[in-house]
Amino acid sequence: MEGGAAPPALRLDRITKRFGPLVANDAISLTLDRGEVIALLGENGAGKTTLMSILFGHYVADSGTIAVFGQPLPPGHPAAALAAGIGMVHQHFMLADQLTVLENVVLGTRSLWAPWFDRAAARARIAQLSRDFGLAVDPDAPTGTLTVGERQRVEILKALYRDARILILDEPTAVLTPQETEALFATLRRAVGQGLSVIFISHKLHEVLAVASRIVVLRHGRLVGEVAARDTDRHLLAEMMVGHEVPAPKVAAQQAGPALLRLDAVETPDRNNRPGLRGVTLDLAGGQIAGIAGVSGNGQGALADLISGIETPAAGALQIAGAGVSRWSPRAAIRAGIGRIPEDRHKTGGIDAATLTENAILENYEWPPISRRGWMRWPVAEARTRQIIETYDVRCPGPATPLRLLSGGNIQKLILGRVLEAAPRIILANQPVRGLDIGALTYVHERLLAARAAGAAILLISEDLDEIMALSDVIHVISRGRLSPGFPRGSKTPAELGLWMAGHGHDGARDAA
Amino acid sequence: MAMTGPAMRLERIIAPSWSRRLGLPALALVATVAIAAWLAWLAGAAPLTVLGLIVDGAAGSKFALLETLNRATPLIFTGLAVAVAFRARLWNIGAEAQLYAGAVVTVLLGTGAIVLPAPLLLPLIVGAAMLAGAALLLGPALLKTRLGVDEVVTTLLLNFIFLLFVSYLLEGPMKDPMGMGWPKSERLVDAARLPRIAEGLRLHWGFGLALICAAIVWVIQARTTLGYEIRAVGLNARAARFAGVPVNAVILKTAFLSGGLAALAGFSEVAGLKGALTLDLSPGFGYTGIVVAMLALLHPLAVVVSAIFVAGIFVGADSMSRAADVPTYIADLLLAVALLLMVLAIKMTGFRLVRG
Repeated sequence: MEGGAAPPALRLDRITKRFGPLVANDAISLTLDRGEVIALLGENGAGKTTLMSILFGHYVADSGTIAVFGQPLPPGHPAAALAAGIGMVHQHFMLADQLTVLENVVLGTRSLWAPWFDRAAARARIAQLSRDFGLAVDPDAPTGTLTVGERQRVEILKALYRDARILILDEPTAVLTPQETEALFATLRRAVGQGLSVIFISHKLHEVLAVASRIVVLRHGRLVGEVAARDTDRHLLAEMMVGHEVPAPKVAAQQAGPALLRLDAVETPDRNNRPGLRGVTLDLAGGQIAGIAGVSGNGQGALADLISGIETPAAGALQIAGAGVSRWSPRAAIRAGIGRIPEDRHKTGGIDAATLTENAILENYEWPPISRRGWMRWPVAEARTRQIIETYDVRCPGPATPLRLLSGGNIQKLILGRVLEAAPRIILANQPVRGLDIGALTYVHERLLAARAAGAAILLISEDLDEIMALSDVIHVISRGRLSPGFPRGSKTPAELGLWMAGHGHDGARDAA
Repeated sequence: MAMTGPAMRLERIIAPSWSRRLGLPALALVATVAIAAWLAWLAGAAPLTVLGLIVDGAAGSKFALLETLNRATPLIFTGLAVAVAFRARLWNIGAEAQLYAGAVVTVLLGTGAIVLPAPLLLPLIVGAAMLAGAALLLGPALLKTRLGVDEVVTTLLLNFIFLLFVSYLLEGPMKDPMGMGWPKSERLVDAARLPRIAEGLRLHWGFGLALICAAIVWVIQARTTLGYEIRAVGLNARAARFAGVPVNAVILKTAFLSGGLAALAGFSEVAGLKGALTLDLSPGFGYTGIVVAMLALLHPLAVVVSAIFVAGIFVGADSMSRAADVPTYIADLLLAVALLLMVLAIKMTGFRLVRG
C-alpha cells in the first residue's frame, strides 16, 4: 500500500481456521475499502460463516490477523469488534418480540448501572438514521407485530445506532419478497453513499451481481476468485463457486395423471405465532410438481404439517386419491402413500444421536421384515440401510455411524432414501435443498424429477423462488395462510409472484388486467 | 465489556473416541476417591485408613459382601426404574412412592388374605405389586401426555403424598394389632416370604429377581420394537412423532415398566428382608436410584454394577464410621460428588477445553 493513503476499512490477512482435520478457512486474505459493497459468495460449507464468526470474535483464527481502519483487532472479543465499528445483521433475527422497535434498538447500548435513559434523544437519533438510510419503521411498534422486512430494518438500525462503519449481512434476502429485496438494496446503496462499507453474504448469484461492486468467491475454505461485478456474469460465478459448470434441471413436459391429492377449503388453527391455513384449496395430479412459493412464515408450516399428518383439518376436506381421510396422523399419512421430506432434517427428519440404521427404519420399523411380533430384526434393518446408502450415494463410514456425523447433504440423501424406497404416490418436499451444496442439491432435484416421471404427485414448498420456477408444473403462492390459484408453468413473472407473496395478489391481478 | 487474559473455551468434539468416552468417567471415579480422602483428612482421620476401612467394610469379608449385595438389591430395582424412564425422557422422580406402593400391596396380599402355596402366591404378589407401582406412575404420565404437566413436579410431590398415605395405613387399617402400638404392619405369612438364595446366607432371592429384571430390561432395550421406540422418543420425540412413532403410547408403556420395576424394590425389601412394612422401609432408595441410573449411564446391565458400588459405599461407610469416628454422612457426600463428577464427565465427553 502506498504511504499516505487512508487504511482500508477492513483487512483480513491470511486467516486460517481448522476444526480437527477440516480446514474451514485456508489463508484467506481480503480487503474492504471505505464506501464499498463486496459480496462473499460460496456454497454452504464454503467457509463464509466461519470467516465472519472470526471477524466478529466468536471464533479465534489459528493464524492470520485482522485490521479495522488500520488498527489491529484483538481476536476472540465480540465487544472489541463492536467497538471497532463492525455491525452484523444475522440471518435469523436477534430481536425481542415483546419490546418495541426503539427498545430493541437501544438494548445493550446502555450501562446496566445508568439510572435513567434519555428516550427522547434515542428517538431523535433513530428518526435521523431512518431518514438518512431510508429505513422506514415505527419506533413505538411492538417488534412482534412487524413484517419480516421491517424486522430486518430494525436489525440494520441496531447496527447503525451502535455507530457501525462496517455492515455484515448474512444471507439477508432469504426471508424477503423480491420487492423487499429491492428496498434493502436501495438502503445499502444509501449506506455506501454515506461512507459505510458492506459485506454481503449470499449464494444467490443475481443478487450478488445487483448489489456488489466486487465479488469474492470461497470454495472449500479457500478464496478461489475475486472479480469486479461488471466483469463477470452468473455462469462464470456459478462455475467459480462450484468448480465446474452447473447444469440447469431439465424438466420434460408430461401429461398429468389422475388426481391424487385434493384440499377443499381447508382451515387449520394458528399455532405458536404461526398462521394456520385459511380456506386452502389445492388439486394435485400424478406426474406433476406443484410449487408453493411464499415468504417464510406464511402458512407453509401449517400446510406441510397437514400433509404430513401432524395437523388435522379444522374445517374443509382432505382427500387422498379421491377418498376422504379419517383419523389423520403421521402413520395414516405414511399408510396412505405419502412420502414426507421435512423442512428441518436435523430436528424433525432424523435423530442426530441415533445411527443411520435407526434413522433409516424410523417409518417402517413396526412391520415385517424390519420387525416381527415386536422383535426387531436388526440384521434386516442394517441390510436395508446399506441398500439406501448405496442407492442414494450417502457418503458415510457405515450404517452404524451416528447421523450427526454426516453433512447436511448426506443426511438429506438418507431421508430421501427412506422416503422414496417406500414408493410413495404423493411426495411432500418441504425446503428439500435448503442449505445443501450444489452437488447434493442437483441430486435431490434429479430424484424428485425421476419420481415425477414415475407418476408421483409432488408438493414442493420452497422460499427460493428460482427453485420453484425451475421445477414446478403449477405454482401457487401462499401468503398469510391463503393459497393463490395455481399458475401454470411460465405464466407469471417473478415480480407478479412477488405481489402475491406480499399479499397483494388480487390487486396486482387487477392492475395487470 | 472486554475480557482480558487468555480465555479458555469449550469446543465441540464431533466424534468422541472410545478412550475418551470410558476414560473420562473413570477419571471422575478416581477424582471422587481423591475428594473422599480429602474429606476424611478434614474430619481428622488418616485418609488411606478411612478409604481402606470403607473398602473393607463393603467387601472385606463374606458377611460384608452379602450385606452389600442385600443393600444393592432395592437399588438395582429403583435404578432400573429410573434408567428405563430417563431413556424415554420421562423424568420419574417418584420411584420412592412406587416402591412403597409395591410394599403396601405385598403386605395386603401376603399377610394371610390369600392362602396359596409359595410358588403360586409369590408370582401373584409380584404381578400385583408391579401393577400398583405402574398405576402410581400412570397418573403423572397421563397428565404429561394429555395436558403437558411436568412430571418432575408431579412424581416428586406424589412421593410425599404417598408416604403420608402409608403413614395413615400403618396408623389405621393396616396397623398390626399385636404391634405394641408401633406403626407397623402385620408380618407376612411364610408362603409370601422370598427364600434365601443359599441356606445360612443372608442373601435372599430378591437379588436374583433384580438380576433377572436387569437382563429382561436389557433385552427389551436392545431387541424389541418397544426398546427402539423408547430410544427414538428419548433422543428426539419430535422426529419420532413425525415418523409415526406413537409417542404418547410409548411414554405410557415406559411409565408402566418403570413404575412396576420400582414397586419390585418395595416387594423385595418386605418379602425378602423385613417381613413387615414400616415407615422406614426405604432410606431413600427411590432417590438413590437416580444416582445409580446416572452412574450407569442408563444402561440396564451397568445399573447392577453401579447399584453394588453405591451400596458398597453406604455399607462400607457405616462400618468405617464405627471404627474411625468419621461421620457416616461421608457416604452421602461421596455419592453426591461421584454423581456431579460423572455428569460433568459425560458432558465433557463431547467437548474439549481449548485456550484462546
